[in-house]
Amino acid sequence: MEATGEHGHVQSKRLLLFVWFCLLAMTGGEVFLAYQDLALKVMLIILMGLSIIKASLIISYFMHLRYERRSLVLTLMPALVFVLCMMFVVFPDSVRLLTMGVR
Amino acid sequence: MTSQDAVTDLHEAVVRESPWTGGVSPYAVGSKKLGMWLFIVSDAITFGALLIAYSYVRVGTPEWPRPFATPSIANATVMTVVLLTSSVTMVLAVRAAKLGARTHVVGWLLATMIGGITFDVLHLREWLGLIEEGVRLFKNPWGTPLFGATFFGLTGLHMTHVTIGVVYLGIIAIGISRSKFTEEDVEVSGLYWHFVDLVWMFIFPLVYLMSCKYA
Repeated sequence: MEATGEHGHVQSKRLLLFVWFCLLAMTGGEVFLAYQDLALKVMLIILMGLSIIKASLIISYFMHLRYERRSLVLTLMPALVFVLCMMFVVFPDSVRLLTMGVR
Repeated sequence: MTSQDAVTDLHEAVVRESPWTGGVSPYAVGSKKLGMWLFIVSDAITFGALLIAYSYVRVGTPEWPRPFATPSIANATVMTVVLLTSSVTMVLAVRAAKLGARTHVVGWLLATMIGGITFDVLHLREWLGLIEEGVRLFKNPWGTPLFGATFFGLTGLHMTHVTIGVVYLGIIAIGISRSKFTEEDVEVSGLYWHFVDLVWMFIFPLVYLMSCKYA
């Protein structure tokens, strides 16, 4: 499945279309979920989770990071994930707002 | 030969063989690609900050408007499919560039640009609809004034990125057709375009699906 063109590694069309199909399927799942009237926190977690999976697929296959040097992946991804996780620290406050109300 | 000379010779041999002598790209990527990746990480953090700030107020506000009826959700779903498809055409453009098929590269780049323009048009149509209903940056007919600010702020910044991406791809397409740019340039522009798609993967569920109107 891996070929080498004039300028390096060429991905197989079949793999790319399969990834595309998976992304579309997950999008359909998300839209379906939106109409199920789940609790807000549950919705948020499931949608964020699905979005992270979709993002991982795009980063790995479309942006080719799966085939790059591990040193590049380790330089870019942990920093990004860490910063975003640090921002999650505000969420207990927003849930508190919801239960306590704001005057 | 003294042991000191032997140590020096060994040291020089090691240095000669190592990548630290220079002429080697870090991470085995060109500087353009590395630069684009670093920019993408910084832009991702920016969008992450905006998205988490939006999620914070969305979760913390009990009476958040739910204005997106089925036509809006359908429109946003179509926009998502269009953007995902434009990502595929972009990958095919990069693939064609790696195979050395110049005319195919331009063709796939044009297809990607059409996807981006379609996305922008559909999005602007929705914006105009909301503005007609009375939604402004800090005022709307339904509830918290933050709805307009977060919606227009988030989607506006994203739409700006899409538009800049379309222009960028146009420049690359012209350059490729005139044999001025290389396959590396196509790949780097592809990274930017996939990033724009990636951000939408988060905006779509968090902004639209979390605020859809139940029948």
